[in-house]
Amino acid sequence: MSNLFDLLVAGFATGAIYALVAVGFTLLWQTSQTINFAQGEFVMLPAFLMLATMHVGAPFWLAIILGILLSIILLGLAFKMLLVDPMMRHGVLPLAIATMALAIGIKESVKQFYSAEASPFPSIVPTGDVSILGHAVSLQSIGVLAVAILAVLGLTTLLSRTSLGHQMQAAAQNPTVARIIGVPVERMILLTFLINAFLVALASLLITPIYLAKFSSGEVLGQAAFIAAIVGGFNQVRGAIAGGLLIGVLDNLAAAYVSTQYRAAVPMLFLIAVILFRPQGLLGRAEERTV
Amino acid sequence: MSDFAKPLKIALGLAIVAALIVVPMNFNRYGLFILSQWAVMSIAAMGLNLTLGYAGQVSLAQGAFVGIGAYAAAIMTTHGWPLPAAILVAIVLSFAIGWVLGYPALRVQHHYLAFVTLAFSTLAFLVFRNESWLTGGIYGISNIPRPHIFGIATNKPLPFYYVCLGSLAIVSLAVWWLIRSPWGRAFMALRENPLRAQSLGVDTRRYTLMAFAIGSGLGGVAGALYAPLTQYIDPVPFNLSLSLDLLLMVIVGGAGFYFGPFLGAMIAVLLPEWLRFTEGYYLMLYAIAVMLLLIWSPTGILGILDRYLAERRTKAASALRAVAKSRLETVQ
Repeated sequence: MSNLFDLLVAGFATGAIYALVAVGFTLLWQTSQTINFAQGEFVMLPAFLMLATMHVGAPFWLAIILGILLSIILLGLAFKMLLVDPMMRHGVLPLAIATMALAIGIKESVKQFYSAEASPFPSIVPTGDVSILGHAVSLQSIGVLAVAILAVLGLTTLLSRTSLGHQMQAAAQNPTVARIIGVPVERMILLTFLINAFLVALASLLITPIYLAKFSSGEVLGQAAFIAAIVGGFNQVRGAIAGGLLIGVLDNLAAAYVSTQYRAAVPMLFLIAVILFRPQGLLGRAEERTV
Repeated sequence: MSDFAKPLKIALGLAIVAALIVVPMNFNRYGLFILSQWAVMSIAAMGLNLTLGYAGQVSLAQGAFVGIGAYAAAIMTTHGWPLPAAILVAIVLSFAIGWVLGYPALRVQHHYLAFVTLAFSTLAFLVFRNESWLTGGIYGISNIPRPHIFGIATNKPLPFYYVCLGSLAIVSLAVWWLIRSPWGRAFMALRENPLRAQSLGVDTRRYTLMAFAIGSGLGGVAGALYAPLTQYIDPVPFNLSLSLDLLLMVIVGGAGFYFGPFLGAMIAVLLPEWLRFTEGYYLMLYAIAVMLLLIWSPTGILGILDRYLAERRTKAASALRAVAKSRLETVQ
């Protein structure tokens, strides 16, 4: 039983990180029909930005701040202005393919300019265990869960309680009407890109101490985030959160109970089942298909 | 103008084919290997072009079908079967699996389909890696023999290059015929407007599955040639990045253009060799170039050419109209 408890805690911790990435993914989809195939690389890059600033001599706390700021500029602003805006008029699929090329570009740049080897990354949470209900739980897991929950709570409060959040929702749901009633739709879309960049930087900060900083680590992360977003529902923030947690737990349970060899297959099979039998996702609404 | 265009095109085509036969004769081992690889990847990309470019169904699984074909050929030929039999099995196998993979395409479109096929790619990779009783696992399969064609041994690079080139020629002719047949037109109808196609009596269900199955079958052919080409296979080359590479080949060359895959495969396979001086920066530059190309022309390089030709035609036509109009006015 204690094994199951540990697995669930670890699952929720990784799941919470997947949820952050998946939420950003669905935000981009909702406001601008951007399917970001580089989302995994977006999570990989901020850790290297932070490492690079630390190499220059910045202390860890400053590196975190600079890393997050640089991510917002590069992965939010520059991504939106330089790639998404010019590609938007070509439609959903060409933009998605352009982000695949971007993924290769980011991966190769890190490999060339930083290192092809995995680098250790300092943790924001001290190592050690605390005892909860008679189980030893690592501070790492608790820290990850706490930061992720805070971020998600902050985001949902922003979206549902503030005027800014309502404007963003309006821009996502019906841009034409939103524009008529005076919502600066373009600015709202840009804002979602900046929020996505912030979320991936945060996810990077949380996950890299666990899995090390490596140029290729984005592939697995990106796939987990896609699966979480689709399983939960592409058009729902809470769906993405639920999907992220579910995939995190499923992944950890599969590693323990199925086989380490076919661990990666379990979320994939789950994804195929969801797409076939409930394509709108577990919590999503059915989207009206345009012909 | 069109009177000249056709013989000119045929002459150009024959010249390219002749060059592909004659020029490599004094290539070294490595040059022939790269050129053979180009032929093999062109076949796989041509299959994906049928699925994606003509029928409009996104697939991120073409690399997995190349893998299925490669393993089928490797397992059979190392057990003493002749390569043509292995190619046949590779086609049937990938055709059947492609048909089944097409079923999700009946329910979901676009990015959902991309994710289903992506998941399939990962699953196929796991099977290649883990079922070591069949595939040799991470150690792979070595000493894959090259075939005897009409009694001629193709162990040397040059004869085997001709095997690849010959296969490419056969596949090219078959695809040329296919896209001009009613089937090809049905595929295009599927891409342009599925609802309209259906209301005109096209069995969209069957053609969607067909587009997937035929495209995958060609992936299988490419794989069955890849195995004897490298003579050693392991799971690594058939991971998700091969599927992405093939997709980019089709897109860069020009999805939905007959010659797109040849050009795309050339850029992806031959260009890195010519750009050796860029060293490790090559893939980075390639990614940037692809993004710039997509911003400029989402229909790839042949899309640019097509637009240019269309513009010239409209200009020529409007010039003719102007002349005709002025003549009409002088008569009056």
